[in-house]
Amino acid sequence: MKYRFTRKQLCIPYVAFLILFVILPLLVICYYAFTNGEGRFTISNLTGFFSSQNTIGTLAYSTLIAITTTGVCLLIAYPVAYILAKSKLKKKSVLLTLFIIPMWINFTLRLVALKEVLTMLEGNLAMYPFLNTIIGMTYDFLPFMILPLYTALMKLDDSLLEAAYDLGASKSTVFLKVILPLSTPGIISGITMVFLPAMTNYVILDMMYNSTYIMGSLIGSYFNAYDWNSGSMIAIVLLAIIFVITWASNGFQEEKSNRGALL
Amino acid sequence: MNTNIAENIIELKGIKKYYDNFMAVEDFNLEVKKGEFVTFLGPSGCGKTTTLRMIAGFELPSEGQILLNGNDISNLPPNKRPINTVFQRYALFPHLNVFDNIAFGLKLKTVNVTYKNNAGDAIVRKEKLSKKEISEKVKRALEIVDLEGFEKRDISTLSGGQQQRIAIARAIVNEPEILLLDEPLGALDLKMRKEMQIELKSMHEKLGITFIYVTHDQEEALTMSDKVVVMCDGMIQQIGTPEEIYNEPNTVFVADFIGESNIFNGKMSGKKKVRFCGEEFECLDDLPVGADVDVVIRPEDIEMTAVENGSITGYVQSVIFKGMHYEITVKSGKNEIVIKSTKSANINDFLGLKIEPEGIHVIHAETNINIFDGVITAIDKVAFADGEFECDVTQLYPGYKMYDNMLVDTEGNELNIVGTQVTVKVPIASVSMSDDIEVGSTDGHIVSLIYKGDHYHYIIRTKSEEDIHLHDPYLWNEEDHVSIVIPKDAIELSLRVSEE
Repeated sequence: MKYRFTRKQLCIPYVAFLILFVILPLLVICYYAFTNGEGRFTISNLTGFFSSQNTIGTLAYSTLIAITTTGVCLLIAYPVAYILAKSKLKKKSVLLTLFIIPMWINFTLRLVALKEVLTMLEGNLAMYPFLNTIIGMTYDFLPFMILPLYTALMKLDDSLLEAAYDLGASKSTVFLKVILPLSTPGIISGITMVFLPAMTNYVILDMMYNSTYIMGSLIGSYFNAYDWNSGSMIAIVLLAIIFVITWASNGFQEEKSNRGALL
Repeated sequence: MNTNIAENIIELKGIKKYYDNFMAVEDFNLEVKKGEFVTFLGPSGCGKTTTLRMIAGFELPSEGQILLNGNDISNLPPNKRPINTVFQRYALFPHLNVFDNIAFGLKLKTVNVTYKNNAGDAIVRKEKLSKKEISEKVKRALEIVDLEGFEKRDISTLSGGQQQRIAIARAIVNEPEILLLDEPLGALDLKMRKEMQIELKSMHEKLGITFIYVTHDQEEALTMSDKVVVMCDGMIQQIGTPEEIYNEPNTVFVADFIGESNIFNGKMSGKKKVRFCGEEFECLDDLPVGADVDVVIRPEDIEMTAVENGSITGYVQSVIFKGMHYEITVKSGKNEIVIKSTKSANINDFLGLKIEPEGIHVIHAETNINIFDGVITAIDKVAFADGEFECDVTQLYPGYKMYDNMLVDTEGNELNIVGTQVTVKVPIASVSMSDDIEVGSTDGHIVSLIYKGDHYHYIIRTKSEEDIHLHDPYLWNEEDHVSIVIPKDAIELSLRVSEE
């Protein structure tokens, strides 16, 4: 007779994985964050985080970079996604693929190439650190913004736009009152997909000009200096921020979809 | 027809719409009076929705003019036209509730409000409607569509019929001059549809707005309209009241599309006399004697009588009970005749059929000859309708003879005829079709079929949109891909005089 796994047994590897690689590391980070070098409980790491010019400044800078990147991505991606979704072009899938193709090329290679191009244009990359960071991030994250927007706009029924137009709305009103609200789910998932990695990604900055002015690289530098406690605390704070943002945007989305699904 | 311009709310003059090579609407002329209920009726792809979309402003006509109260609006965008549309699949905004859906147009609307300043001059200002006005109008619109108290409801919680009503409310709340309805009942079930037909009709009477309605359902068109525009292939076939288009169809297409008909080939045999099914009948239509005609008889206009009283006789082939009546098929000679009667009959009964002159409707036969522009491509070949056919070219040049594959005169001089422009005539009766594409010289798709008692009349359309008419005793399907066979001796050629 064949042996059949029960559902519980099938869960075991996943539970083991979760415990080993998610819950335990989190607990370890928490432990380090709230202890000092001698292993005694302390909240000095937390107060240290908020009293240090260095960490607060980096947090603000990271947030600024993330917000700008997300904004630029949204501004570029929305028209592109709209044109791709609504045009009657027969080859639009080819166009869409062209926008996504960079994602298939090795990340490091892409950045090295971008760095070369920017060096050619600007001479010294260190002269425009913020601009270069935004360019690098946008280049990297743009497809993640285009895809959810494209999907949301594809689902938009043309007759709704015609109906609004027919009821007296000008083209801009049609956009503000119909297209924009109906593509909000796409905008939110696009923002989530760009903002969060933009907040923590330090490889881009690192490769562009060895900067340490961003959260991810800050954590790295503490760990390299064997100050695991402060490093862990930064990670915890970042986790909390991301958690709050995700929760807020999900809440917004749910409220939206509830209005449509309440039967 | 009355052409008093002041009365016409909308006029379409010579409207044409083409996309690349495809002609969607050809030469559409129509006048609609204020308060009329006009229906565009036709099979799918006949151009009725395209015409409606041109009136709404979603499509611009390639040629022609649309006049609203005498002003040309052909190129105005939809938001600048005092016309609202009820869409086929409702197109309600899913992110707004019922109130906001209906108020969508009202919130954008501005009205002229007249003030008096201190000097006593009247000043006209454009103002938006107040919240109170809007909510009152929405309430009234909901009352009209019988959905009072639905303001706060979400669109997705409504049934199809309710959504349809909201869509209507959303359009009429703006008090448009014309309401366009694009198959608005198509998605509803039969019972709901019948109910909505009556409601729409009474709404039309109450509101006094001009309705332009698009449907492919002939019963719907007859039930609701003041005026029906029957369309086929981008062209108007007939404009008339429901009674007119039912009782006096202009073309065989209309007769076949509206209601059920017996259609026969006939010939005028005397003054107000027509011959078909092997007998002569009196009729009311006065057409030239000897003219080829199509005879249309509604199944309910044929009376079953004793053999000696009937003008034609036949055997009952089938009897189907349809609730209100029986549908009886009688075979008379080679012709099948369908009768609707409250009386039943038995299969194989031999009976007489009586048709009153009022029941016989005679239409000029569209054509019994196919005419094409062709060109001679070889000594025995002519090309037309996307194909190359064998033909006898000696008929073009009296006095010439075929000799050794050359056309020579009596003195033996050769005549080069390749490239000569000719007019080709082929009698409908001698064309046949085959489902083996290799057999014929050209091919196309069946675009129309009409049953005529003992055969079907088919129209085959070739790649370059040449139409070939032919008769066939068997039933083929629309859209079938067939090849066309024309025997050599059926092709009649005549020299075509160049147009320059």
